[in-house]
Amino acid sequence: MKMSVPVGRAPSWWLLGPGLVWMGLLFVVPLCLMFVISFAGRGTYGGMVWSFSLTNYLDLFHPLYARILGQSILLAAGTTLLCLIMGFPLAYYIARAAPNRQGIWLLLVMIPFWTNFLVRTYAWMFILRTEGLLNTVLLKLGVVSSPIELLYSNTAVLIGLVYGYLPFMVLPLYVALERVDRTLVEAAWDLYATRWTVFRRIILPLAKPGVVAGCLLVFIPSLGAFLTPDLLGGARSMMIGNLIQHEFLVARDWPLGAAISCLLMLFVAGMMRWSLRAAKPLVQPEPES
Amino acid sequence: MRVKEMILSLGLILLLLCGSQACQRMSADEEQKTLHYFTWSDYVGPELLAEFERRHGVKVVVDTFSSNEELLAKLQGGATGYDVTVPSDFMAAIMIQQGLVAELDSALLPNAATLEDHLQHLPFDPIQRYAIPYLWGTVGIGYDSAVISTPPDSWEVLWDPRYAGRISMLNDQREVFGAVLRSMGASMNTKDPALIEAAKARLLAQKPLVKAYASDHYDQLLASGDVVLAHGWGGPVARAMRDRPSIRYVVPKEGSTVWADCLVVLQSSPRKKLAMQFINYLLEPQVAAHTAERLLFASANKAARPFVPPHILENPAIYPPIDLLPRLEWMTDVGEALRLYDRAWTELKMQ
Repeated sequence: MKMSVPVGRAPSWWLLGPGLVWMGLLFVVPLCLMFVISFAGRGTYGGMVWSFSLTNYLDLFHPLYARILGQSILLAAGTTLLCLIMGFPLAYYIARAAPNRQGIWLLLVMIPFWTNFLVRTYAWMFILRTEGLLNTVLLKLGVVSSPIELLYSNTAVLIGLVYGYLPFMVLPLYVALERVDRTLVEAAWDLYATRWTVFRRIILPLAKPGVVAGCLLVFIPSLGAFLTPDLLGGARSMMIGNLIQHEFLVARDWPLGAAISCLLMLFVAGMMRWSLRAAKPLVQPEPES
Repeated sequence: MRVKEMILSLGLILLLLCGSQACQRMSADEEQKTLHYFTWSDYVGPELLAEFERRHGVKVVVDTFSSNEELLAKLQGGATGYDVTVPSDFMAAIMIQQGLVAELDSALLPNAATLEDHLQHLPFDPIQRYAIPYLWGTVGIGYDSAVISTPPDSWEVLWDPRYAGRISMLNDQREVFGAVLRSMGASMNTKDPALIEAAKARLLAQKPLVKAYASDHYDQLLASGDVVLAHGWGGPVARAMRDRPSIRYVVPKEGSTVWADCLVVLQSSPRKKLAMQFINYLLEPQVAAHTAERLLFASANKAARPFVPPHILENPAIYPPIDLLPRLEWMTDVGEALRLYDRAWTELKMQ
């Protein structure tokens, strides 16, 4: 890092204050509480019984929970991959557009956020259902002869997740691609690199921090999604987020819900560590000196 | 220097906290005249609230919850300031057990004297010390009579392969297992692991036929024709009837759930007298009839019947026929067995 603080003195620590207090009170404290609760027992009426036990964690060894986690990871990974495939060209186009156009494109990417996610998910239900918009159009055009059953399937969940999280992929990718030095690309052309080589050896490595950030921003929330599987998946299967919501809100089994949450967080933290390290060697544009 | 800054910022935070406290105390007088009603969304007509406000010179503030569990979690989490709330029967039982609910003064509740006979002595509150039934109904099957020509009378229709992919079930583990258990001739409140396991097997066999497990939009599924059989509460099925007149409702002969949402005064309420006056007002025959007509749920007050339009009164999805009562069962807490239901439900979902 070549960046330095102008005056040569580290900025005052209290700049951290507001953020630290907020996160401390509203994030760390509940997190610790949840960790403690994950070792408690469930009371008859859904309260907590304060007796230390590992039962909740041992219960999670049931293959059922591994299947839920496995399916969630699969769906989240699929979502991430599709977002990356669609988001990368989009972000690249925006980053290379005329500067005065970029703002408009970015605004368009962010427009969906103006409406609540729940409302937008309901809109997807109208589009995907048997007598919905999509089937009506496809039938009219003669593309299909009978309506396709899209709603209430994992495909619908995937569509909904990709739709919901695409902007989270595009924005960090845009930031990374916009910073790619065009002269490096030109130099590659001058050296007779093919299109594919330019992409693979120049653009992709330089954009890698954006790729990693975008993938994390898409993967983590889609792993914990519970609204989309419920509405677009017709609650026919569960993602890990549904299970946690179910334990906390329906079964009122907070200890088990807390144990699942702790395990999920452990998994996500491990994955982040791994991916951040994986990102590192390529972040440095200059070779080791 | 640094320490000073820290103390200063801490002081500032404290000041902010105290400031808001003082603000709350300042308007204490105003607070005495404000009733806080914690209820389901769209569960009370604004014009009815306005009438109560006018009569008593008070203000009614409505706050909403979306599930019984959310209500309990909020109250257990220490939410105070609510006066009246309206949990479903099984949750009212839990709230009474947990000491969250205040005892009622029957002298302030004359309208509770005319409740429907079968709602006079609820199993968890036999002498109405804590809870007054407000709206009630059944769980059954909503179906499209244009598609299903022979009116079904049994839960078995939900296993009929002819309707594969056109069936919706509630996304509620106790109700779904309840329906299956009843179809097997068992109680919906069984704690027997073998019965729960057998019910799970039946549900696994049914799953390929089920289009969706939906608790809050199956009225739309029925009305749009996406499903032709929907396991659900009567009220939403009655709503679907308005959009698609061929929709009918039946409570299967093997029996089903009866439910009642109950008005209670919270133990933490500082305005218990006003709260009870409010409950009494909601039970007033004309007010109750208006509510039944608006929400498409039966009023618990028998005296409201004369004011309810006949088409509502005669709709079995809204007003359950009285001769059904022997076949209906209240849902009760199953204690430790809940984890069995839970595991079975999760397995069903992951199949």
